[in-house]
Amino acid sequence: MQQPHPRFSVLSGSSLSSAEHLSPTASSTRFSLPSATSINTALGTPKPGLRPNIYDRNLNKTRTSEVSASAFAFLFSEVVQYTQKRVSGINDLERRLNTLGYRAGTRVLELMVWRAESSSKAPKREIRFLPALMSIHTQVWRAVFGRPADAIEKSVENEDEYMIIDNDPPIERHISVPKDMNQLSCSSFTAGVVEAVLDGLGLPARVTAHHTPTQQFPSRTTILIKLDKSVLEREEILK
Amino acid sequence: MAIFSLWVINKAGGLIYQRNFADGLAQLTSNEYLVLAGTLHGIHAITSRLSPTGSSSGAQVIEGETFKMTILLTATGTKFVLLTSLAEATADSVLQRVYEAYADAVMKNPFHTPEMPIRSEGFDTRITSLIGTGQP
Repeated sequence: MQQPHPRFSVLSGSSLSSAEHLSPTASSTRFSLPSATSINTALGTPKPGLRPNIYDRNLNKTRTSEVSASAFAFLFSEVVQYTQKRVSGINDLERRLNTLGYRAGTRVLELMVWRAESSSKAPKREIRFLPALMSIHTQVWRAVFGRPADAIEKSVENEDEYMIIDNDPPIERHISVPKDMNQLSCSSFTAGVVEAVLDGLGLPARVTAHHTPTQQFPSRTTILIKLDKSVLEREEILK
Repeated sequence: MAIFSLWVINKAGGLIYQRNFADGLAQLTSNEYLVLAGTLHGIHAITSRLSPTGSSSGAQVIEGETFKMTILLTATGTKFVLLTSLAEATADSVLQRVYEAYADAVMKNPFHTPEMPIRSEGFDTRITSLIGTGQP
C-alpha cells in the first residue's frame, strides 16, 4: 500500500460517527436522522395516511424511478460551490469531488449487488478486471446516469491504464467552467464513483477525470483508471 | 424581421448580459448600454406603478418608429429585453426560450455568481443556436 489516501480518513471518520448514531441515546445535532421514536413506529404498524420512513421502503421499488435532472443539477451546482469555497486550488477541488463521489460509489455498488442478488437467478460478482470494467461501463452507468457510457479504451503507453469515455456527461451538462480553471473536470465526482466501485470489487485503482473535448462533443470526458500494481499481478496469476 | 439585440437586466437594474445580433441599431459603448439598462429599469418601475386598477406587470412592449423592445419580467425580478424590428412576431416566444436557457445554463452553473455579469460559454452557445450568430 502506498501512502494513505486522504479519503480513508474520511471513511474512518464517518464509520466512527455511524457507530455513534447506532445508539439511540446519542444526541447528534449534526445529522438530520429521524429520531428514535419514528424508527420504532415504522417497525410496528404504520399509521394510516403516514408515508413510510424512507429507510423502510423497498429498495427495488425505486429501481426504475428517475430523479429530476434539474433538481440534481441544482444540487450538484451547490455541491461544487460549497466545495470550491473550502479549497485552495483546482487539484484540491477535484480531490474533494472525488471523495464525495467515492462515498456515493460505495453505496451504488452495495445497492447494485443487493439488487442483482434479489432479482437475478444467478447473481454474479465480478472478480476479473475486464468484466468488472465492462459492468461499470454499462450497469453502473445505467444505474447512475440512465444510459451506458460511450466507450472503453486501453492506454497504448501504459498497460495499467484504462479509460471510460462519456461524450456528454449528464452531471456537467449545465456547467461552464471558466477559462482560468480549464483543467478542472467536475466529472471527478464520477471518477470517485468508479474508484469506489473498483475498490469495492477488490480492484484498487486511482481514478481521475479529464476533459477531452472534440469538435463533435465539446464536453467529452475521459475517466482515467490507473490500476494498482497488485491488481495486475493477480490478473497475471489468474490467467 | 430581425432581432437586433438581447439584454439581461438583474433585479437591481444592472446590465448583466448584452449581445448584438444584427445591424440596424446605433452602436453604443458598453458604458452607454449600462446607463440605458438602468434607465429602462427605472421606466419599468414607473410603469408598473401607474396602473389605475391595482398591481401591474409594468411595460411589456415599447415601440418606436423603427424598432420595438419586448420586456419579459420574471418572478425573481430579472428582466429579459429583446430589441427587434417592428414586424418581428416571435419576440415573446424567443424571450421565453431565452429565459429557459438562462435557467439551465446560468443558474445551474456553479461558476456563476447571481446578479453578476453572465460569462457562461454554455449560455452563449444556447443563445447562438436560438437566435443566430452574433457579431464578432
